[in-house]
Amino acid sequence: MDKFEFLPDDFEFVGDKQDITKDQVTPAVPFWTDVWRRFRKNKGAVIGACVIILITLMAIFMPMFSSYKFDAIDSASANLTPNGVHWFGTDNFGRDLWVRTWEGTRVSLIVAFAAVVIDVVLGITYGMISGYFGGMVDSVMQRIQEILNSIPTLVILTLLMTVLDPSLFTIIFALMFTEWIGMSRITRAQVLKIKEEEFVLASRTLGASHFFIIFKEVLPNIYSQLIVMAMMTIPNAIFYEAYLSFVGLGLTVPQASLGVLINDGFKYFLSYPHMMAIPVIVLALLMLSFNLFGDGLRDALDPTMKEM
Amino acid sequence: MSTEPILKVTDLKQHFKINRKFTVKAVDGVSFEVYPGQTYGLVGESGSGKSTTGRSIIRLYKPTSGSIVFNGEEISGKMSAKKIKLLRTKMQMIFQDPMACLNPRMKVMDIIAEGLDIHHLYSTKEEREQKVYDILNLVGLSKEHASRYPHQFSGGQRQRIGIARALIMDPDLIIADEAISALDVSIQAQVVNLMKHIQKEYGSAILFIAHDLSMVKYISDYIGVLHLGHLVETGTTEEIFTNPIHPYTKSLLSAIPSPNPVVEKQRTSLSYDYATSGLDYEAGTQHKISDTHYVLATDEDLKKFLAE
Amino acid sequence: MENRERILKIRDLHISFKTDNGKVNAIRGVDFDLYKGETIAIVGESGSGKSVTTKAIMGILASNGVIEKGSIDYVWYDENTGERQERDIVKMKKDEIQKIIRGRKIAMVFQDPMTSLNPTMTIGKQIMEPMIYHYHKSKEEAYAKAVELLELVGITDAEKRMGNYPHQLSGGMRQRVVIAIALSCDPYVLICDEPTTALDVTIQAKILELIKEIQRKKDLSVIYITHDLGVVAKVADYVNVMYAGKIVETGTINEIFYDPRHPYTWGLLSAMPDLDTDDEELYTIPGAPPNLAHEIVGDAFAPRNQFALNIDLRIDPPMFDVPGSETHKCASWLMHEKAPKVEMPKSLKRRIEKMKKEAGL
Repeated sequence: MDKFEFLPDDFEFVGDKQDITKDQVTPAVPFWTDVWRRFRKNKGAVIGACVIILITLMAIFMPMFSSYKFDAIDSASANLTPNGVHWFGTDNFGRDLWVRTWEGTRVSLIVAFAAVVIDVVLGITYGMISGYFGGMVDSVMQRIQEILNSIPTLVILTLLMTVLDPSLFTIIFALMFTEWIGMSRITRAQVLKIKEEEFVLASRTLGASHFFIIFKEVLPNIYSQLIVMAMMTIPNAIFYEAYLSFVGLGLTVPQASLGVLINDGFKYFLSYPHMMAIPVIVLALLMLSFNLFGDGLRDALDPTMKEM
Repeated sequence: MSTEPILKVTDLKQHFKINRKFTVKAVDGVSFEVYPGQTYGLVGESGSGKSTTGRSIIRLYKPTSGSIVFNGEEISGKMSAKKIKLLRTKMQMIFQDPMACLNPRMKVMDIIAEGLDIHHLYSTKEEREQKVYDILNLVGLSKEHASRYPHQFSGGQRQRIGIARALIMDPDLIIADEAISALDVSIQAQVVNLMKHIQKEYGSAILFIAHDLSMVKYISDYIGVLHLGHLVETGTTEEIFTNPIHPYTKSLLSAIPSPNPVVEKQRTSLSYDYATSGLDYEAGTQHKISDTHYVLATDEDLKKFLAE
Repeated sequence: MENRERILKIRDLHISFKTDNGKVNAIRGVDFDLYKGETIAIVGESGSGKSVTTKAIMGILASNGVIEKGSIDYVWYDENTGERQERDIVKMKKDEIQKIIRGRKIAMVFQDPMTSLNPTMTIGKQIMEPMIYHYHKSKEEAYAKAVELLELVGITDAEKRMGNYPHQLSGGMRQRVVIAIALSCDPYVLICDEPTTALDVTIQAKILELIKEIQRKKDLSVIYITHDLGVVAKVADYVNVMYAGKIVETGTINEIFYDPRHPYTWGLLSAMPDLDTDDEELYTIPGAPPNLAHEIVGDAFAPRNQFALNIDLRIDPPMFDVPGSETHKCASWLMHEKAPKVEMPKSLKRRIEKMKKEAGL
C-alpha cells in the first residue's frame, strides 16, 4: 500500500461524472479507405498494378507516336536486332517490332477486357440464378453447363474456324463458349454459401422480393470474390488468345497480337532470339502482374480478415 | 382467456425429405396458442424441432401439414398478397447468431430500415431516419451508431440491432429463435430485460424459443416442452415448474443447474431416455390436466405419470 | 491444508498478441495456484482471457502470441525414477513442451467435440494415437488400454465402439471420447475448456459427474474454464474470476458464491435468473468488456462500475486480502480501508440469504 500515492478525493464515487450506460463503439472507418490501406501494404500487388498501368499506357500511346506502321514492310531492314532506330529490332519482313509489340499488346488487352465482360454478364448472371433459385432451375442449368463443358474446346474452335473467318471477333466469340463456365461455378458456390446466412433469412422474413435479396443482400457480399476471379481470368484469356494465334487458329498476317508475334518469332528463334523473347517477356509480365494484382485485391477486399 | 389468440398453431407438421427412403420428421404434430401481449416459451434440446417450429410459423419453410392462424388469418397454405403483407409486417423474427444476422455490407441505418423500405412505410427520407433514430434510442444505442457497420459492434449490440430491425415494424408477434443463446451471461440479462421492457411498452406477444430453462422461466407466461418434434407438455410457467407430469419435463427440470454450490454439488439429475422409456409419442394424445395444462400421453401412461 | 501439494504456480503472467490493429494485451498480470487433487474454475466472459491462460500452460498459444513476462512453474514426478521435477513452462522450448508436457502431463478437453475429433479416423485409433506417440506402446497394449478407457468414461459396448467414426456417436458420447483421449497418457492435470457448453443440459450434468468420478479415481487436478456459474457451482473447489485479462477475485467456492466482494462478481451472479427470481428486472452490468488493443489506465472495469471510485480511473487496484480468510482475495479499491462501505445489490443479497438457508449454512 505504501507505494501508492493517494489524492484527497480518491475514495469518492465517480458517480454521475461518467455515464456507464453509454455504449462504446469502435470508431467508423469507411470501407474503401480500409481496403486501400490493406492493398497498399501488399508490395507485390502494388507493383503488379503499376506494371499493368504502364503496359496499358504504352499499348495505347506507343503505336500512335511511332513513325513506323505495324504492317509496314521494309525488306531492307529485315532481322535487325534492337538498335537506336528500331528499339525492339525488326522481324523478317522488316516491320518495326516496337510498334508491333505494342500493337499486339493492345489486341491482347482488348481480348482480356472482352473476357471480363463476358464473365460478368454471362457467368455471374448464370451462377446467381442457378444458385439462388435452386431446385429444378438449378438442376437444369447445371446440366446444360456440364454438357457445354464436356465438349473439348479445341473441337468447338476448329469448327468455328471453318465457319467464320479468323479475326478478333472470332476469338472473342470462342472465349464466350468456354470462359464463363468457371466464373458461373464460383458465383454459384458463393451464392449457395450466402443464401442460408441469417441476414438473408431476416430479409425474407421482412418480405423482401427475390430481386431485392439478390442485389442488396447477396451480391454485395460476394462481389469481392468475383472481382478477384475476374482478374484471374484475364491472364488466362490473354494466354488463350496467344495460344490460338500460336497454333494458327487466331489472327493472321499482317495483324499483330502477342501470340502472332511469338509464333513469328519462334521460327527464327535460334538465329534471332529477340523476335520471340520480347513478346514473351511482355506476355509474362502482363500475366504475372494480373495475378499479383488479383491476389492483392482479394486480400484487401476480404471482409473476414477484419478484426473487431 | 376471453381474448382470441394472436397465434394458433394446430397439428403442425414439418417433414424434410432427404431421399427416397428417409424423411426427417422435425416437427410432428405440434399445437399451441399464443395470446396478445403474452410470452410463450418453447423449450427443447437440440433436435427437438423448436427452431424448425419457429421457422415454419414465419413461413421460411412451407409446412407439410397443419394449420397456423395468425391474427385470424390462415397462413399455412398458399397466401394471397394481402396475407403475405400481413405476415411480413406484423410477425417478425430475431435470430440466434449475432455475428451472422446482420448484413456485413450494409450500414446499421439501412439494416434497421429494411422493412420500412420494402413495404414503403414512410413518405420522406427524414421520416425514415427519424424512425430509425427513435428505435435505436429504445434499444439502448444512439444516433451515431446508425452510420456504422455491424463489425464495429459487440455481440450484444448486434443483437439489439436485430431487435430494432424487428421492432420498427411494430409487430404483433415477435419470434425470438434462441435469441440470447450465443451471448455472454451478463449480456443475456441485458437483452432479456430489453425484451421484457418492449413487451410491456408495446404489447407485442413473444414466442421465445430456447433451451435455457431458467431464462425461459423468467420471461415466459406459458411454456411448451418439445422433444423429438412432439409437444410433450404445455402449461403456465407455474404449472410446469411446480407440477411437471411428463417424465421428460421432469428430467429437464432436474438438469437445471443451481448457483448454490453446496446444494449443486450434492444434486444428481434424473435420467430419461426415450428409446428405453417404453413411451410412443405418436400413440399419445393431449390429455387435459387443467384449462391450460396438457400432457402428451396414452391413457395408461398418464396414470403412471400421475402416480409418480 | 498442510498436505496440499502445489503442482502449478503461475506468477505475473503477461501475454500479448500482434494484430493488424496493434498490440492486444490479452493477459495483464495473472497469478494463481493449482494444488494436487483439487478443482479450480476460471470464470469470465468473452475477452476476459481465460482460454489464453490455459493455452499458455499447454504451450499452444497462437503464433502471434508473445509471453511478455511471468512464470508458469509446473511440478511433476518422473514416471520412471519417481524424481520430483520442476520446470518453468515459459522458459521451455516448443518441442520440449510438445514432448514432455502436452498430452502427457497436462491434457486438454475442448469445447466442441465435433471439431476436436478427427472425422476421418475411428475413435479407437484416436485414443491409441497419443499412447503410441508418447510412450511408444505397442498396438496391442494401446488397444487394450483404449478399451479400458472407453469403459471408464461410461461408453457401453466399448470394443464395438472402437471401430466407430465420430459422426456415428451422439454429442454426449463424443465428448466422452474426447475425455478418454485426454486421459490416455495418464496426465496429472486436466484442463477443460467449456466442456459442456455445446451439449444439451441433460447430458451436461452427466459429463460433469463423469469428470468428477475420474478425478477421484486418478487423483487428477482439474482446471475448468467456463462462463457458466451453474457448472462452477457443481465442480469447483476454488474460483478465479477474470475480467479483461486479470483476475479480479479469487477464493474458495463458498467464499465467492456466498460472500462475493467485487462488483463484477456481483454482476455475474445477478445475471443468472434462478428458479426463484421474480424481480421485475435482472440486475445487469451495462456496456461490454473493453477493447484490449487500447491502453487501459486504471481499473479496466471502472467504466461499467456503478460503484467506481475516482482512484479507479487512475490506478489499477492491487489484490486485497479479504479479512478473515487466507484464500479470499479481491482486486478492488472498495476493499481499501479508506473506501466507502458498499453493499451488494439488494436482490443479490436476498438470493444469497435464501441459498445459504437452503444449504444449511
